[in-house]
Amino acid sequence: MTPPADDPTAPEAERRPGVLEVEEAEILDLGPAEAATPTRALVRVPPRVTRELPDPEPPDREIRFGDVDPWGRSERMRSLARRLYDPLYRYWFRVEWEGLENIPVDGGALLVSNHAAAIPSDAPAIMHGIETELGRPVYGLAEYLFRDLPGVGTLWARAGGVTAHPDNAYRLLKEDQQLVLVFPEGTKGTGKLYKDRYRLARFGRGGFVEIAMRAGVPIIPIAVVGAEESMPILFKSRRLANLTGMPYFPVTANMLMMGPLGLVAYLPAKFRIRVLPPMHFDVDPDQERYSRARVMDAAESIRGTIQDALYDMLRTRRSTWW
Amino acid sequence: MRILVTGLGTFWGSRLAQALEALDDVEVIVGLDTDEPRLPLERTEFVRADSDYSILQRIVKATRVDTILHTHLLVDSTEHGTRRMHEVNVIGTMNLLAAAGAAGSTVRKLIVKSSTLIYGAGKRDPYFFREEMERTTPPRTEVERSLLETSAFVRDFAVDNPHVIVTKLRFCNVLGDDISSPFSKALRLPIVPEIMGFDPRLQFIHEDDITRALVFATQNDVPGVFNVAGRGTMPWSEVCRVVGKRRVPLPPVLTNWAAEPLRMARVVDLPPEVLDLLRYGRVVDTRAFRRAGFEYQYTTAATVNAFARSLRLEGVIGDNNPSYRYQRDVETFFRHSPAVHREGS
Repeated sequence: MTPPADDPTAPEAERRPGVLEVEEAEILDLGPAEAATPTRALVRVPPRVTRELPDPEPPDREIRFGDVDPWGRSERMRSLARRLYDPLYRYWFRVEWEGLENIPVDGGALLVSNHAAAIPSDAPAIMHGIETELGRPVYGLAEYLFRDLPGVGTLWARAGGVTAHPDNAYRLLKEDQQLVLVFPEGTKGTGKLYKDRYRLARFGRGGFVEIAMRAGVPIIPIAVVGAEESMPILFKSRRLANLTGMPYFPVTANMLMMGPLGLVAYLPAKFRIRVLPPMHFDVDPDQERYSRARVMDAAESIRGTIQDALYDMLRTRRSTWW
Repeated sequence: MRILVTGLGTFWGSRLAQALEALDDVEVIVGLDTDEPRLPLERTEFVRADSDYSILQRIVKATRVDTILHTHLLVDSTEHGTRRMHEVNVIGTMNLLAAAGAAGSTVRKLIVKSSTLIYGAGKRDPYFFREEMERTTPPRTEVERSLLETSAFVRDFAVDNPHVIVTKLRFCNVLGDDISSPFSKALRLPIVPEIMGFDPRLQFIHEDDITRALVFATQNDVPGVFNVAGRGTMPWSEVCRVVGKRRVPLPPVLTNWAAEPLRMARVVDLPPEVLDLLRYGRVVDTRAFRRAGFEYQYTTAATVNAFARSLRLEGVIGDNNPSYRYQRDVETFFRHSPAVHREGS
């Protein structure tokens, strides 16, 4: 399915508050949402806006061989990866998108999705889809683990992987105005058993919400159906996990069906990805801290939104494979 | 301005003194070191002294210096042993700061040349270190430990002496025609080492920008800590390509052991802090110093390119380092003999 074109009626300012409109926000009266923030002082303190200009690459393109950006991502490598991955995306998973117009064509946004499969198959599908359809890069936040793996770590970084350090996320969102994909479930999501499929694990400690608030960017929830069945985990061995230092040591259905090939080969589950409407936060960016209750409320509501969307999509799904 | 430069016997010390001599408002330059200056200097007074407290205090008092440029921090552990590094970095800085903060001291500005080694390199690092960020890995080598200790001394000094402008500049890896660092040595090899499967993001600064940064801090009042590194980043593989060298991979596990035979055979010395850099890399945020008004002449890519060009020249004409030998009698004669006609006197 081709995604619907971007809705031209949505005004740009509405999508991206708090980034360029700081002066206006300071003049504006306190909205009703302010009362919901218990830690806010009675006297309005102006936000600590550093008003940093983004730090673009210096103009030495002509004297460089490679195109690796300061984040370690290489567009050349990425387009090669897209070319290799495209058949898998198109003919194996047959990815279908819904609501792609909810992703802004410019400006920073934090994409938050559910996470599944022993070797997560959702991240490449989401990144590939957005990059081909919208033509803008997506940076994927992941475990520190990747940075330690020889070879894999380098390829992962060239393909747009960034370790999930809060400052990395903030810089990407606020200063570089990029799309950042994060899976708040982390390894709890990918390491869950097949019987627990499509039941969202805990959403971390809400750190992703705080980063989005600080960076003044919306969060765009994404629900993915299909990844769970592409490499379902039947058993886990805690002892082997401890021994190898991996977050979990799975025995997948793929391994039982395909033998050694099943270590890397996915089952051809049909992918459906639904992008939900962006959630904006009515708080000032660049605060020292945000109310814990506010952050947890937002994290819970995002988790609930994705969970509801998943149930809704499963209700209408006729087959896992078609 | 009356300036005291420590580490005159190092390359930057001498380069810096040369640059300072060109400034009109600099009256006096006193250079301290145990080694002789590496470059010809016109009016800098060289004092061969070690970092003994009583001597430093007497020098500071007698010369009535108002600015101290502390460039004598050893950061290259391939050239200096741990013992000497501790002596020079920790004890030397301690004594220097004590002398600068002594009663009746005329010092109003302190500029310290430190290194981004202080941030370490590890997998949990942020991709861009800002000045207020701390390292995520415990320091493993003497150079890192001594830099951290020195940093604490300088911080205390700034608190105890609020009337003194304290500027701390953290420089990243240097490349340049004249300077020798573990990276420049590695890039001079016929085949350049890398760690298999790792291609870290690195930053470099040109030696000219180091001198310019120190002079900038001397001429302007910029209190605080600043990262100084060429803009942009470059992966190690690309650095090697620009320089035109092939790479030889070291194993990703037990890398330290694999580097040991190279060290013993005197092929190349890759200390642990350099191996960490070759594995994880390190990039610092350089905006604070640019916001303070400093303008770089070289980006990271331009620095690597300039270095590659100087290597090519070196390949044709051999060692093109300026050769200069300090001769005490000659220098004293030119500075102090009544027979020498000096302009303006």
